[in-house]
Amino acid sequence: MSDLIEIRWHSRGGQGAMVAVRTLARAVIKDNKYAQGLPEFGPERMGAPIKAYNRFSTQPFSLYCRIVNPHVVVLLDPSVAKIVDVTEGIYDDSKLLVNVCLPPQEVRERLKLKNGKIYTVDATRIAQETLGRPMPNTPMMGALIKLVPVISLEVLLNEVVGEFIGKCSPGIVEANLAAIKRGFEEVSEE
Amino acid sequence: MRKLQGWKDIPIGTAIIEAGSSVKYLTGEWRNARPEHNKDKCTNCLLCWIYCPDGAIIVEDSQVTGINYDYCKGCGICAAECPPKVKAITMVKNQN
Amino acid sequence: MARLAALTGNNAAAEAIRQIKPDVFAAYPITPQTELAEEVAQFVADGILDTEYIPVESEHSSMSVCIGASLAGARAMTATASCGLAYMWELLPTTASLRSPVVMVVVNRAFNAPLNIHCSHDDSMGARDSGWVQLYSENAQEMYDNLIQAVKIAEDETIRLPVMVCMDGFIISHAVERLLLLEDEKVKNFLGEFKPVHSLLEVNNPVTIGACALPDYYTEHKKQHSEALRRSLDKIMEVANEYAKISGRSYSLFESYQLADAEYGIVIVNSAAGVTRTVVDKLRKEGVKAGLLKIRVYRPFPAAQIVQALKNLKVVAVLERTDSFGGVGSPVFTDISAAFMEAQTKEKPLMVNYIYGLGGRDVGLKDIGKVYANLQVINQKGKIEKSFAYLQARE
Repeated sequence: MSDLIEIRWHSRGGQGAMVAVRTLARAVIKDNKYAQGLPEFGPERMGAPIKAYNRFSTQPFSLYCRIVNPHVVVLLDPSVAKIVDVTEGIYDDSKLLVNVCLPPQEVRERLKLKNGKIYTVDATRIAQETLGRPMPNTPMMGALIKLVPVISLEVLLNEVVGEFIGKCSPGIVEANLAAIKRGFEEVSEE
Repeated sequence: MRKLQGWKDIPIGTAIIEAGSSVKYLTGEWRNARPEHNKDKCTNCLLCWIYCPDGAIIVEDSQVTGINYDYCKGCGICAAECPPKVKAITMVKNQN
Repeated sequence: MARLAALTGNNAAAEAIRQIKPDVFAAYPITPQTELAEEVAQFVADGILDTEYIPVESEHSSMSVCIGASLAGARAMTATASCGLAYMWELLPTTASLRSPVVMVVVNRAFNAPLNIHCSHDDSMGARDSGWVQLYSENAQEMYDNLIQAVKIAEDETIRLPVMVCMDGFIISHAVERLLLLEDEKVKNFLGEFKPVHSLLEVNNPVTIGACALPDYYTEHKKQHSEALRRSLDKIMEVANEYAKISGRSYSLFESYQLADAEYGIVIVNSAAGVTRTVVDKLRKEGVKAGLLKIRVYRPFPAAQIVQALKNLKVVAVLERTDSFGGVGSPVFTDISAAFMEAQTKEKPLMVNYIYGLGGRDVGLKDIGKVYANLQVINQKGKIEKSFAYLQARE
């Protein structure tokens, strides 16, 4: 279980964190690895701060609980950082992936963060440009597998195609794939 | 007297598997007054047969021929429904 | 070949239901079961499941429909949670004593008040005396496997009892995880066809079911039901062994993990067993003889077997996600205590009862670690100071 990676997502209800953790988990499992995509439901309303979790491993695990010490924190909405301690329980070398239009150094200053490594991607803008809607979850999935290469970009794209096919028009599928690819490519690191 | 069955002998799930088994239950024992039918007065209007809740009015070829005392509970509905001008059924109290 | 799948607990239950192919599925949606009820409805709407889906107006009706369907000779299933289970309460003992082999998924959720949609075991534990068989599932795989086995147990001619299959709301019902599914054909062959003992629709052989029984016969009906439930313990194992042959996955009445030489044990139900197992592994590496007993079959209660599994331990904590308010302890604790009383073994562990995880309160590695540490302290002192406690309640 030494290669277990624990990822904590911070987001607001309605931004698609639940879909993202479930989609990633499905993709990793279909790649014959072990994974968990666990949303944490709060007051069940749009805009409320929520958490969601991903665990990835090449070995079976049976951790049916929250992640208190994440290797990676995904901040789908940076404004959540004002009301929730998004860095709680992180390791010195934990990675923080933030959806923001600022460079990583500035995010570090704003979060007053001493440890960890910061990655940024402007997922909302990518979503607006590709999907025509500010849904940052899709590009964020692409960005996440760039820094946590548990699966290839291709595996993730195949999973999304499989999930969308028959449910959405080819145009929407293409737009989502483009959003993931751009998320993957446009991550900035410190 | 009825012999009570043990738990292994009764059908599972409360099922009563014999259809129409209530025929064996002679409810006539409950009676404290019994209807007596007078063939000579009876017009065979069959109101008693329609109203009897226990189907205890015996009818043969559209004629009331008597009362089935195995099932008649003595409620008196037949006597009450028999038209006043006919009065072919009268209730008689049990002797004891 | 088994199919590798990535499903939530609700998906896994729906997938099992698709393969079980009930003749009738009557459910009312309730969080956290909703996705399951929706998915089965989708299967039917898409024409891939030939089931009469009856969208009832309440849970009282869903169980009433299942009873009627089952007695008419149909394989009937439903699913519910929390208040939904409470609302069908009146029908639970009816289903069982009518010996209707209805199979129901219970997605464990807390009772009000205060209103809470998250996991406690209040619902199914509260229904423990309704005369149903109860199976508990740690994860999506176990929900899938238990549900298929439940139908076989329920419909066995020597048993004919309804079965409740439980999993934790949200923690399992809404989390995607890895599991293996059987081929449709294998499930079909494993279950065979449901053959009712007496069918209400058999017009040439009419029967009356559910008539009145007065004090002269009521006891005999209950004794018969009680015996069937006790007897089902052997059948549950028989079905598990048969299932192992087609699935490669073995199930028992309960899971004993590192118990054989254990000194400190935790007895726990459903998903928190996974966390506990992880803690046991960690403690074993540190040289602490920790063990775990995970309840799978709670009704009928495998009393003698559990006594055998626990009697040589030094200290045992029964952790439970519900309280039996005002009782000696929570349901499983009370049962195990009574089991030791009945068995009259010379050896028995010191035993404590902790309530945890109410209304979805997370129970993590640290929480379980603390319990094992407590058990070691109790062992050093040789006595219990506090036998009942709420683990996570703030003072």
